Amino acid sequence: MSNPPSPALDRNGLIAVRRSTHSAIYTLVGALILVVLLTAAPWIVPAEVATTLMNFFILVIMATMWNLLAGYAGMVSIGQQAFVGLGAYATLYLALKGMNPFVTIPLAAVACAVIAYPVTYLLFRLRGGYFSIATWVIADTAMLIIGTIAVLGGGTGRSMPGLQNLSPSQTAHYSYLATWVVALVVVTGTYYLLRSRLGLVLASIRDNEVAARSAGVHVRSARRIVFIIAAAGCGAAGAVLAISQPFIQPTNEFNMQWAAEMLFVSMIGGLGTIEGPIIGSIIFFILQQTLQQEGVWYLIIFGTIAVAIALWQPRGLWGAFRDRFHTELLPVGYWVGETKVKRKIRGGQT
Amino acid sequence: MIWLNVIVQGVLLGGFYALFACGLSLMFGVLKVINLAHGDMAVVAAYVAVFLTPHLHIPGVWSFLVVVPLFGLIGYVVQRTLIQKSIDRDPFTTLLVTFGLSVVIENLLLEAYTANGQTVNIGSLIAKSWHPASIIYISYVSLAVLAAAVLVLVLLQLFLSYTGTGRLIRAVADDREAAQLSGANYRHIFGIAAAIAFATVALAGIAYGMMTQFAPTSGGINLLFAFEAVVIGGIGSLWGTLVGGVALGVAQQFGAHLNPQYQVLAGNLLFLVVLAVRPQGLFGKKTALS
Amino acid sequence: MSESLLEVRGLTIHHGQLCAIDDVSFSLNQGEVLTMIGANGAGKSTLLRTIAGLHHPTSGAIEFQGVDIVKMQPNRRVGLGISLVPEGRRLFSSMTLEENLQVGAFHAKKGPFSIERIYELFDWMPQRRKQHVWQLSGGEQQAVAIGRALVANPKVLLLDELSLGLAPIIVERIYALVPEIVAHGVSILIVEQDVAQGVTVANRVHCLLEGRTSLTGVPADLTSEQIDHAYFGAELAKATPQPGVGE
Repeated sequence: MSNPPSPALDRNGLIAVRRSTHSAIYTLVGALILVVLLTAAPWIVPAEVATTLMNFFILVIMATMWNLLAGYAGMVSIGQQAFVGLGAYATLYLALKGMNPFVTIPLAAVACAVIAYPVTYLLFRLRGGYFSIATWVIADTAMLIIGTIAVLGGGTGRSMPGLQNLSPSQTAHYSYLATWVVALVVVTGTYYLLRSRLGLVLASIRDNEVAARSAGVHVRSARRIVFIIAAAGCGAAGAVLAISQPFIQPTNEFNMQWAAEMLFVSMIGGLGTIEGPIIGSIIFFILQQTLQQEGVWYLIIFGTIAVAIALWQPRGLWGAFRDRFHTELLPVGYWVGETKVKRKIRGGQT
Repeated sequence: MIWLNVIVQGVLLGGFYALFACGLSLMFGVLKVINLAHGDMAVVAAYVAVFLTPHLHIPGVWSFLVVVPLFGLIGYVVQRTLIQKSIDRDPFTTLLVTFGLSVVIENLLLEAYTANGQTVNIGSLIAKSWHPASIIYISYVSLAVLAAAVLVLVLLQLFLSYTGTGRLIRAVADDREAAQLSGANYRHIFGIAAAIAFATVALAGIAYGMMTQFAPTSGGINLLFAFEAVVIGGIGSLWGTLVGGVALGVAQQFGAHLNPQYQVLAGNLLFLVVLAVRPQGLFGKKTALS
Repeated sequence: MSESLLEVRGLTIHHGQLCAIDDVSFSLNQGEVLTMIGANGAGKSTLLRTIAGLHHPTSGAIEFQGVDIVKMQPNRRVGLGISLVPEGRRLFSSMTLEENLQVGAFHAKKGPFSIERIYELFDWMPQRRKQHVWQLSGGEQQAVAIGRALVANPKVLLLDELSLGLAPIIVERIYALVPEIVAHGVSILIVEQDVAQGVTVANRVHCLLEGRTSLTGVPADLTSEQIDHAYFGAELAKATPQPGVGE
């Protein structure tokens, strides 16, 4: 943790407790501007850029969810692709039943949450690395089962129905907007979740599980809730993924690559922060775009950086930045005492 | 009668899974580490065998004599450097680092060798088999692998039970601090355990390469099977791993018999059932359970 | 003739932010038994663990036969001649009695204690050598733990809270061995909550209160009131109605 500022008293003579430093106010303004720009993007920037942005949002969604699982609830999952795939196929299934694919997105998220609930009862019997590999078994099993269902395309896959009435540019625009909305919902949702009581509970579990338990925290329930939320988030990511792709097949939607990307991005950006997965995703996309011609080298380099960061700078890039400069764009903790800004006392005096 | 062959094939496959898994089991028992790159080590060993065989002018079937000790050495070095560093941080970091390594290794192999299948050339031996009954078919290679697995497990058990270093390994696994207080350099012991794990998995990798085609991603799927074998048999028990491997192999063969698509799925389902009904496995101690 | 075998100077040890030991100094001489007494939380076990190398001090010096060992790994300290019998015995639970001793003997130096010698010291052990340690009683386990440390032939034996979890009569029997161990040339540093036992076997006594030295001396020179005072602190000792309590 960074050095706490020395305690200062508020006007009632009590030690002041605040949620943010001045930088958070600036963030809000900056964020609003960004939101407006990104919403208008399909009409402002070329189509390839919009598509890249869309893929970026999908990665941010998955990384934010993985970070919630690992950085806050302490569960290293290498099987979140199970819910990406299940979300994708839930969307496909509902679209085959005649629903508008875009409408199915929240339903796909709910479906994943529902499936995740009984899965936790199996998974939570294991700890540590065994838990991790078990998540992978779940993902593998989900992929294999879906692969046997012929109506969903079986092992070879099929295309998403319900989009033929739209022109290619309309599809692209709506896919982009849908993905952008989901990303916005997921990131702001996570932000408010971590600022809530559950967020405090999670932080206490992360810091010292035994102490948290003896303080009355229901550790297992909290973890269960987080797992279900992460499943829903990844399900939504899978849904928009399916809509954005012309062809849906199990090896793609359930690909281990999603797990690797989620993990590397969060580690490099910074575990346990909201900004981390976003920063990590930005770096990832820059790397991927630059090295696009070189096969899988971007993944090798990214993986090596992630390993190096885990060993030498475990707080990630954003974590290191935050420690050095004491700034937080999306604060989820509390400041006790002074902040760096002049305090504005009610009545207008400073 | 056909079911008998299914069981026989399952047992043979189980021997291979046990060989693959014993290193995983050892590393978890002693270092308390799950090496997510364990499977990839096997594949790298197979590639090394394929690469070295023409240079060393030895028949492929003997390549393990060079590669296995080499990987033992590599295991010791990797443990004393990378793995120890991540253990010193926390178990979390170890998972992330080994997963990262796994992805990096797989993709490096993909770049170097492409996704095409390779085999360790053992000449005509691959086709030879024994037919004790008209529908029971036991390939020499699979039988040799099963024999090797049992031999390795026996030697390992003897080593752990009756030698001084073996006792130290068990002591470190029981209580690392108490072992230090008895004069053990636990980092060195970790290194030895890792060396054994890498050596056995290298042997398993070469065996795999002899039995079938392998590709850069083969490590991953076999890690999954090794893990399932350990959990089914019981975490913390070497012989449990053999039983678990056989159970997994038999389940997979039954699934494959119904429909080739169901092979891996059948194994996964057995794993999930064991997890639901008897999470400590058939012979396990409860160390990895919550 | 006594040379200072183990010397601790100005040692300060922290557990995270908590100061467990604050500027403590003492020395252990050849052939003597020094007992550190103090209540729970006084920092005694932390002190022994730090001397054994399992914990790093914040500041201060630890010297063994004149050599500074503060940066030395625990297993190397065993090689020098320091053996700790840890709090709670910490036997190897998957192993038999004999295997536990064999582990202790693996890195042993030459000396009077071999596994056979341990079997002579504890005559009940030979028949039970193949039993798993979880089948032994608390007192028996404590004996095995001591044996495991002795078999390394230490010059300094550190005994951490031997009496914990054991019936008084068992504790007495274990402490009865101390003179014999010393007779073999081993110097002993004992940490004890049980004041009576600890003081009985000691040549010198050192009392800790909340991490600081509160009393040192030879048992013969110290009254029980002085020890109470040093053990509990002035306020509590005053509260105990006893005739003749000072101050």
